[in-house]
Amino acid sequence: MTYTYAIEVEDLTLAYEEKPVLWDIDLHVPEGILMAIMGPNGAGKTTLIKSILGLLTPAAGTVRIYGRPYREQRHLVAYVPQRGSVDWDFPTSVLDVVMMGRYGSLGWLRRPGLKERELALEALNKVDMSHLAHRQISQLSGGQQQRTFLARALVQDARVYFMDEPFQGVDATTERAIVDLLKELRAQGKTVVAVHHDLQTVPEYFDWVTLINVHRIASGPVVEVFTEDNLRLAYGGRVGFLTHSGDDGRER
Amino acid sequence: MTQLQIEIQLIGIVTAVACALPGVFLVLRQVAMMSDAISHTVLLGIVIAFFIAGSLESPLLIVGAAMMGVVTISLVEMLVNTRLVKQDAAIGLVFPALFSVAVILISRYAGNVHLDVDTVLMGELAFAAFDRWQGWGLDLPRSLWLMSVVLLLNGLLIGLFYKELKLATFDTGLAAALGFSSVLIHYGLMTVVSVTAVAAFEAVGSILVVALMIGPPAAAYLLTDRLSHMLGLSGVLAATGAVGGYWMARWLDANIAGSMAVMVGLIFMVSFLLAPRRGLLALVWRRRRQRWEFAQTALTIHLLNHEGKPEAARENRVTHLQEHLRWKKDFAGQVIRRAEAGALVVRKNGYLVLTENGRLLANKAMTH
Repeated sequence: MTYTYAIEVEDLTLAYEEKPVLWDIDLHVPEGILMAIMGPNGAGKTTLIKSILGLLTPAAGTVRIYGRPYREQRHLVAYVPQRGSVDWDFPTSVLDVVMMGRYGSLGWLRRPGLKERELALEALNKVDMSHLAHRQISQLSGGQQQRTFLARALVQDARVYFMDEPFQGVDATTERAIVDLLKELRAQGKTVVAVHHDLQTVPEYFDWVTLINVHRIASGPVVEVFTEDNLRLAYGGRVGFLTHSGDDGRER
Repeated sequence: MTQLQIEIQLIGIVTAVACALPGVFLVLRQVAMMSDAISHTVLLGIVIAFFIAGSLESPLLIVGAAMMGVVTISLVEMLVNTRLVKQDAAIGLVFPALFSVAVILISRYAGNVHLDVDTVLMGELAFAAFDRWQGWGLDLPRSLWLMSVVLLLNGLLIGLFYKELKLATFDTGLAAALGFSSVLIHYGLMTVVSVTAVAAFEAVGSILVVALMIGPPAAAYLLTDRLSHMLGLSGVLAATGAVGGYWMARWLDANIAGSMAVMVGLIFMVSFLLAPRRGLLALVWRRRRQRWEFAQTALTIHLLNHEGKPEAARENRVTHLQEHLRWKKDFAGQVIRRAEAGALVVRKNGYLVLTENGRLLANKAMTH
């Protein structure tokens, strides 16, 4: 059975101490698109991704990946958390971090072996990092950290990719490389959902956009949804400021 | 060495290594102080289990202690989740509460039992060798049997779940998304810590348990770049601390457990100061070098900015430079000498002129 939607979210509500953080979110994301999740700080962008991935427990609503609950479809999903969410002083190498992407398909107890190593090296090659494979991760720049995380998502060989601010704090070359990679994923029929901040690059980087601010403002193809009116609804009066400078503020 | 001496050292080594292995994950997960809390609250588990079993040798004691460890963590996390108390304060509230209940219970109802608070805190390694068990044709101290089993279990569990522990410690979010329950791993680790703490504290006391769980991993952390090496090195450093501490105790005629803790502390100090890349001295050395490099770069940029312009005659004069860059005279002199030695600048009748190297450095610094 084939499903037209890669991701279906219905009535997703998440509350924190009775205060809604996400209010009745509906999403229907077709396969093979690059979608940006946008909204002001505190709009719940990260929260939305985390509740789709079952990292947070929603108060109400359902999430389906290719027609089935996330729990049953883990193997189809790759996740790139915010770069700042881990301790980069952890004693390990770049290659080792990338191999972690294979842990899910290995399951409990099974150790990564030669195959995992080769897949990891291949992915590092794709993000132009193979020369740094054995480097201690604390010695990486921000862009290299992000590439490492992307390589880790690539080895998961998923069909749906969730990325939390993949462009946050990276240099222009890395941003370019990431965009190329996303487009390559799309060409393979994969679906990418990314939390994004820079309004200016949306039409160039993404096909779809979902605007949220606690509740869903709009979701659909960029040409239809990415309008001045919708942006004003999502960002309020701050939209003028945002279109001119971009926003690299981090969500808490 | 007599057999007794060897046995005491063996107990020390096995205990130290058994503590250091789970300690690595406590240090990396930044919950080191949990070991302090657990090593104290397990006493309550022991006391309650003792009242039920009526014996200090019952395996129920270890079960009780392990359960109390988990209770401790749950209570701390419940407090933290209310967001009314921060984690360090929550630890500081929970463990004295449980520990004091244990102390009161002991003093009130178990006064005549060999379960005095001093032993709990300090341990009595010197006497540990007298309490013996026979098995497999071997006649060895009970503590040695017990700690060997714990060491074996710890090694086995960490070996089996190495991948899961590594992932959940480095990236909890991904671990959970991939279906490795972070809660399960966390509580599993804490149960291991509790069992280790209760087994170890009979021999070495609860304070030394903390030293052995945190000291060797903290030292190893500064010395390696890989988790597997950190585990191995923690074990080696812990064993070294145990043996060193034993001989120090003999030399000073002092408590063995205390001497082992001191030795572990010394090992940490040495690695803290002298670790090749992360040690304090390496850090100071690097900062000094960076300071001079930075000053020289600033000098070349300043010279480049005014090079070939009318004001160059004023700005790039050696004597003027000190006032202009707001550098003290000695410092400016040193920077210029170093820049000259590094062939970044040359002196031409009272002016500083950039060499090709110096120009390159300045350009590179500005375009970076």
